[in-house]
Amino acid sequence: MKLNELNIREAQAKLVAGEITSVDLTKACLERIKEVDEKVHACLNVYEEMALLEAREADLRREKGEKGELLGIPYIAKDNILARGTKTTAASKILENYTAPFDATIIKRLKEQGAVLLAKANLDEFAHGASTENSAFGTTHNPWDLECVPGGSSGGSAASVASDMCIFALGTDTGGSIRHPASLCNVVGLKPSYGRSSRFGLIAMTSSTDVPGPLCKNVEDSAIVLEAIAGQDKNDATTIDKEVDDYKDNLKNEIKGKKIGISPEIVGQLSGESKEIFDEAKKKFEELGAEIVEVSLPNAKYGVPVYYIITPSEISSNLGRFDGIRYGMSSEETEDLTEFYSKTRGKGFGPEVKRRIMLGTYALSAGYYDAYYLKAQKVRTVIKEELDRALEEVDVLITPTAAGPAFKIGEQSDDPLKMYLEDMFVSPPSLAGLPAVSIPAGFINDMPVGMQVIGKRFDEKTVLNFSYIFEQATDYHKKKAKL
Amino acid sequence: MKLQKKDIQHIAKLARLELTEKEYDLYGEQLSGVLEFIDKLSEVNTDNVEPTAQVTGLLNILREDKVMDWNEKEQADAFKEAPNFEDNQYKVKRVL
Repeated sequence: MKLNELNIREAQAKLVAGEITSVDLTKACLERIKEVDEKVHACLNVYEEMALLEAREADLRREKGEKGELLGIPYIAKDNILARGTKTTAASKILENYTAPFDATIIKRLKEQGAVLLAKANLDEFAHGASTENSAFGTTHNPWDLECVPGGSSGGSAASVASDMCIFALGTDTGGSIRHPASLCNVVGLKPSYGRSSRFGLIAMTSSTDVPGPLCKNVEDSAIVLEAIAGQDKNDATTIDKEVDDYKDNLKNEIKGKKIGISPEIVGQLSGESKEIFDEAKKKFEELGAEIVEVSLPNAKYGVPVYYIITPSEISSNLGRFDGIRYGMSSEETEDLTEFYSKTRGKGFGPEVKRRIMLGTYALSAGYYDAYYLKAQKVRTVIKEELDRALEEVDVLITPTAAGPAFKIGEQSDDPLKMYLEDMFVSPPSLAGLPAVSIPAGFINDMPVGMQVIGKRFDEKTVLNFSYIFEQATDYHKKKAKL
Repeated sequence: MKLQKKDIQHIAKLARLELTEKEYDLYGEQLSGVLEFIDKLSEVNTDNVEPTAQVTGLLNILREDKVMDWNEKEQADAFKEAPNFEDNQYKVKRVL
């Protein structure tokens, strides 16, 4: 097995045993990037020199007796996460030449643990999308079929893990952006509860639902990375002062007799092979001793329309900072300030970003606020309370992650509404701030399909426990893309 | 609801986005389609429902109003990102 194909636990064991160094591991990943990224285009910028320096540093720390599960482990971060000295573009022309002056809290924590940053990953511009086709720097290709999308918006992160360019990756999830590409690329994608991991140093999209999290080769790795990045941060006042659980130690907890909720309204939307795969997963959990309980979620179907009012509204406000004055692209000379703003933004933003800014501006504008934004916030309450009630009766809920496997590049990029519906099953937990994982659950015509496990707010421990037990009883995650 | 060209022009102006003629037509049509879909929300009865703006339940997280030191090199690098920076100040167009 090549070193870049290892998972965190395997790589760490070899490092501890002295069989390999972090430099060896880092070089193997960098070589893999060179070998396949021309085809996949998961990375926007690769930092070979910096990565090798960090790897050497990790090896020195180990020589001095330091230990740690992420010491010397190479990873890739989505390009809307600031890492000092790296270009951080959010895949937008407006930030094409922006170099991050400081580290996001999650990057800082990984640095402290000795993890090695290899590269920054492609995404839909400002994380707006579910296919990575909205990147201003070209689309990422799905390693399972290069003619297909990897999902999005963390498509570069998912594709880089699926093609073994790194040991793990970081993404951000606002309404499915970690879970959706994880499903389409056959990796494990974890969206922590809102407030569990710090947003400081992330390029803001929807401040009320944005959460950073890991994309990994298996559930155990996800638990390790979450433990490293989770916890309160004084630079993000929405992070919660709650103890971070020992996720790894709770993976093997017994699930016999525990309850899993399934919504007939959601299952009713499935057909063909998607339904078969979901039924199979349900049966597997029953075999493992869990009890399946029907829970009604009649309002989950309003997740997408609520999301597409709340999100554009927050975007129209958050992206107001791109004014061509403090950073980013700046328009040619014009004397008028308003014209300067409009020209800079008109030139710098891509089509989906413009659509969302306009949709949000409209929803928040005089005369429409009550009908759109306030109404969406109220339906958000209905969705949140419905999920909370369901989770009082069961330990976790399961749903499919996406409506189906990866679609062809270009197939639905002209139809924003169709793309929005990709978030059908993943947006409700985001609106409610619940933790949710997508894990590999099967294949349709050799293309991977994931299952989503949703838990109670701040109960990542149970979500990871159920996911781990399912993963260990199946071997979907062991199947790799052939490149 | 169907957005007219003048609506799109008004929204683009509020959002400070300069658009091409082609963009006005395209976005007008696409946004009308999205809004029509969003109208589904009117099916949900929200009488006596409070709006949700955040889900952590946290309330008034306060800190002391104190200036904190930040790494000087990082500060200098942050300023370097500005297209027009002079004598420690951002240069902007005339406002009045």
